[in-house]
Amino acid sequence: MKLQEYTSSRHNFEECMKCTVCTAYCPVMQVNPLYPGPKQAGPDGERLRLKDPYFFNYALKYCMNCKRCEVACPSGVRIADLIQSARIRYDHTKPKLRDQILASTDLMGSLARPFAPIVNGVTGLKLTRGVLDATLKIDHRRTFPRYSGRSFEAWLRRREKEQSAFTEQVAYFHGCYVNYNYPKLGKDLVKVLNALGVGVKLLDHEKCCGIALITNGMSKKATSQAIHNVEALRKAVSAGLKVLTSSSTCALTLRDEYPELLGVDNADVRDSVMLATRYIFERLEKGATLRFKPDYHRKVAYHTPCHLERMGWGVFSEKLLRSIPGLEFTSLDSACCGIAGTYGFKKENYEASQAIGEPLFEQIRSVDPEVVACDCETCKWQIEMSTGYTVENPISLLADALADE
Amino acid sequence: MRFDTLIIGGGLTGLVAGISLQKAGRSTAIVSTGQNTLHFFSGSFASLKEAPQPMAELFAEAGIGLHYSPGVRLMPMGTFREAELSLDDVSIFSTSPFARRVLVISFPGYHEFFHPFLVEGLEKQGIYCRVHMLDLPELSRLKPATGEMRSLQLARTLDTAWNKLVQEIRLVLKDEDTVILPQVFGLNDPSVPGRIRQGIPAQVVFVGTFPPSIPGIRTQILLKRRFEVLGGTYLMGDQVMEAHVHDGVVHSVVTRNLDNHYLEADHFVLASGSFFSKGLMSNPMRVYEPVFGLDVAAAEDRNDWYNPEFAADQPYMGFGVLTDSSLHPMVDGRPLKNLFAAGSVLGATRPELGTGAGLAVNSAFAVADAILQSDTSIR
Repeated sequence: MKLQEYTSSRHNFEECMKCTVCTAYCPVMQVNPLYPGPKQAGPDGERLRLKDPYFFNYALKYCMNCKRCEVACPSGVRIADLIQSARIRYDHTKPKLRDQILASTDLMGSLARPFAPIVNGVTGLKLTRGVLDATLKIDHRRTFPRYSGRSFEAWLRRREKEQSAFTEQVAYFHGCYVNYNYPKLGKDLVKVLNALGVGVKLLDHEKCCGIALITNGMSKKATSQAIHNVEALRKAVSAGLKVLTSSSTCALTLRDEYPELLGVDNADVRDSVMLATRYIFERLEKGATLRFKPDYHRKVAYHTPCHLERMGWGVFSEKLLRSIPGLEFTSLDSACCGIAGTYGFKKENYEASQAIGEPLFEQIRSVDPEVVACDCETCKWQIEMSTGYTVENPISLLADALADE
Repeated sequence: MRFDTLIIGGGLTGLVAGISLQKAGRSTAIVSTGQNTLHFFSGSFASLKEAPQPMAELFAEAGIGLHYSPGVRLMPMGTFREAELSLDDVSIFSTSPFARRVLVISFPGYHEFFHPFLVEGLEKQGIYCRVHMLDLPELSRLKPATGEMRSLQLARTLDTAWNKLVQEIRLVLKDEDTVILPQVFGLNDPSVPGRIRQGIPAQVVFVGTFPPSIPGIRTQILLKRRFEVLGGTYLMGDQVMEAHVHDGVVHSVVTRNLDNHYLEADHFVLASGSFFSKGLMSNPMRVYEPVFGLDVAAAEDRNDWYNPEFAADQPYMGFGVLTDSSLHPMVDGRPLKNLFAAGSVLGATRPELGTGAGLAVNSAFAVADAILQSDTSIR
C-alpha cells in the first residue's frame, strides 16, 4: 500500500495534472510562437518520448531553462529539468562552432585574459561584431563582457597568508565571470567576509560550473566538469568549510543541475554550497555585526534572477539589502530579463530575448534607481546593455556601504 | 527568519489574510507551493452577497474592481448561473432574455472558447446569434505552424491592441444589441475590459474560456503586488515540509528551499487549499493534512469518499480539517493555539459552483481579525 505514496516518476512528471498554470509564466511562449511551451515540451511531451524518441521536438531548444515553470507549478513537477533532460537524451546534433565557443567560458577566459586590453578593444569594434554576426551568428547588437587583465585566482593566491590568519574560513567558488571578467565582485566578497571575521580560500582548482555546456548540448563535457567540481567541493566540505558562490546560477548548477540533469551525485556536499548572501544573512541573524558608513545613501532597485527565484533564496539578498542603513529599496516585479546566459547572444534569439526583458527594462526606467542590484552576471550584461543603468551584485553594494576600517 | 505571522498558501485566502495583517503593521510571510486556484477563478464570489466593508476596501486598494447585483451570469455553454458579487469583468443580468440579437466574436485558430456550444445554447432560448471570426495582423503573428492560439497569447496582445479590436467590431456590428467576447482582456492592464465596453455601441458580455482564467491571473498579480508593496514577503515556489510544534504551539516550519533555515512566527495560518493544492491529500487508506497531521473530517470507509456518478455531489469535496470555534485546527482533539485554518482546507466548498472564493475571503478576514485581536506574546 505504500507503493503509491513513495513511487515517484522522473522529475515528478506524473504529478502533472494538466492545469496549464506553467504556460502562464513561460517567458519564451509569450514572444516566440515556435516554442510549444512548458506543458507540451515538458510532461506532455515526456509521455510521448517515453513511447518513442521519434516524438522528440527540436523546438525544445527554445527553452531558456529559466525554470519559471517550475516555480509556478502547484504540483512540484520539475518541468524545465524534463525539457533539458530530453535535450540531453534525444538531441544528438553536434553543437555548432558558435555554441561551442559561447559555452567554453573557461577556455575563452584563459585565452582572452592575457590580452584583455586588445580583446576588449576588438570585441567592442563594430566591424568585429559585424563579422561575428555574419560568420558565427552571434548577434551584432549584443555587447560583450569585458575581460580583466588579472585573474581573481591570482589576486587571492597572493593573499593566502593574510586570509588564513582568520580563525574562521569559507571556500569560494568564484566562477568564470569573477575570475576572468570582473574580479572586483570577488574582492568585494572577501572584504565583506573579512569584516565578519571570516577568511576566504580557493577550492582545489575549480572548473566552470558547466551550465552553458548543458544548455548548448555539450553535456558530456559538463558531466566531466561536474565530477571534477564535486570532488573539489568534497575536499573543502570534508575540511569543515562552507562553499559560497556570488552567482545564483553557479549555486543552482552545483546544487541542483548536477544531480537532476547530469546524474552526478552531490548529496554529501549539496547543503554546504550556498549563495554568499544567504551565508551573510545567517551570520548577521546569529548576532554578527557589520559597521556601515554613517552617511551612505543609495537608491536601489532589486531584480531577482530566475535561477534565484527557483532556489527560493532571493529573500536573503533582499533582506540583506534592506538592512543597509541609507539604502532606499525597491523590489522589481518578478520577471525574466531575457538573456538566459548564452541564449540571448545567439542571433536567432536576440529579438525574443529583448522582447522578454522589455517589461523589466520599462519598470527599471520608471523606478529610475541609482543602481540595479542583481545576483546574476548575465542579467547584469543584459540590463546594462538594454537600459544603460549600472547593475551591481548585492555583495558589492554591501561592500560599498561598509565603514572604512 | 522571523515574522509576526507566517501563512502557508498564497492563493486568495493567503493573500487576503496577508494583506490585512501587513496593512495592520504585522510582518507577514506567505509560503506558496507554486501558483494557485485563482488561475481558475470564474470572476464570481458565488456564496457572498454584497462585499463586506473590509473586502470592498482591500480589493479597491489593490486595484481590483468589484460590483454587486443579484441576477445571473452567462456560462460558456449558453446557460445561466446565479451570480451576485463579481469582478467588474462579469456581466450580471436581472432581466430575461438578456439580449435579442447577439454578435459572437472569436478568433481564427483560437480553440479555448467554443462558440458553437454557446450559440447552440443561446439559440435554444430564441436568441439570434451571428458569429464573426475576427483577425488582426497582431494576432496572425502569434500563430505558429499548428495555427493554434492560446488565451494568454491573445490576452497579452490585446492588452495593447484592444483599440484596433474595438474598431473592427464597430465595423462588423449590424443591428445586434449585444456583443459576446471571450474573457481574455485586461491581463496586465485592468482597465481594458471597461474601455472595450465604452468603445462598442452595444451591450458587451465577456464569457469564460478554458483555463487559465485571465481575470483570475490578473487578480492574483494585483493582490500579490499589493501584499509586497505593503512590505510582505512572498516565497513563491517553496513548500512547507514540516512544522515544529511543542505543547500545542507552533514554533517554526521547515521549507523545501530553505531547508535548515527555519521560518519562525508568533502566528501561523494554514491556507493551503484542498486536494488540488495538496492542502489535503489522500492515499488508499486515509485522507490527511500533510504539514501538521491535523484532525480531518472525512468518511472512514474509502467507498464513502466518492460517488461513482461523476457529475453528482462528491463527498470528498466536503472533507476538511476540524477546528474549534476560533478556527484553530486540532491534533488528536486538542487545538493548536497559534495556528488558524482558512479557505478550502476547511472543506465544504463546491468548486463546480464557485463557492470557494466566498469561503476564502470570509475565513481569511476572520483569521486576520483573530490574530490582530490576540495577544502577540502568546509564546
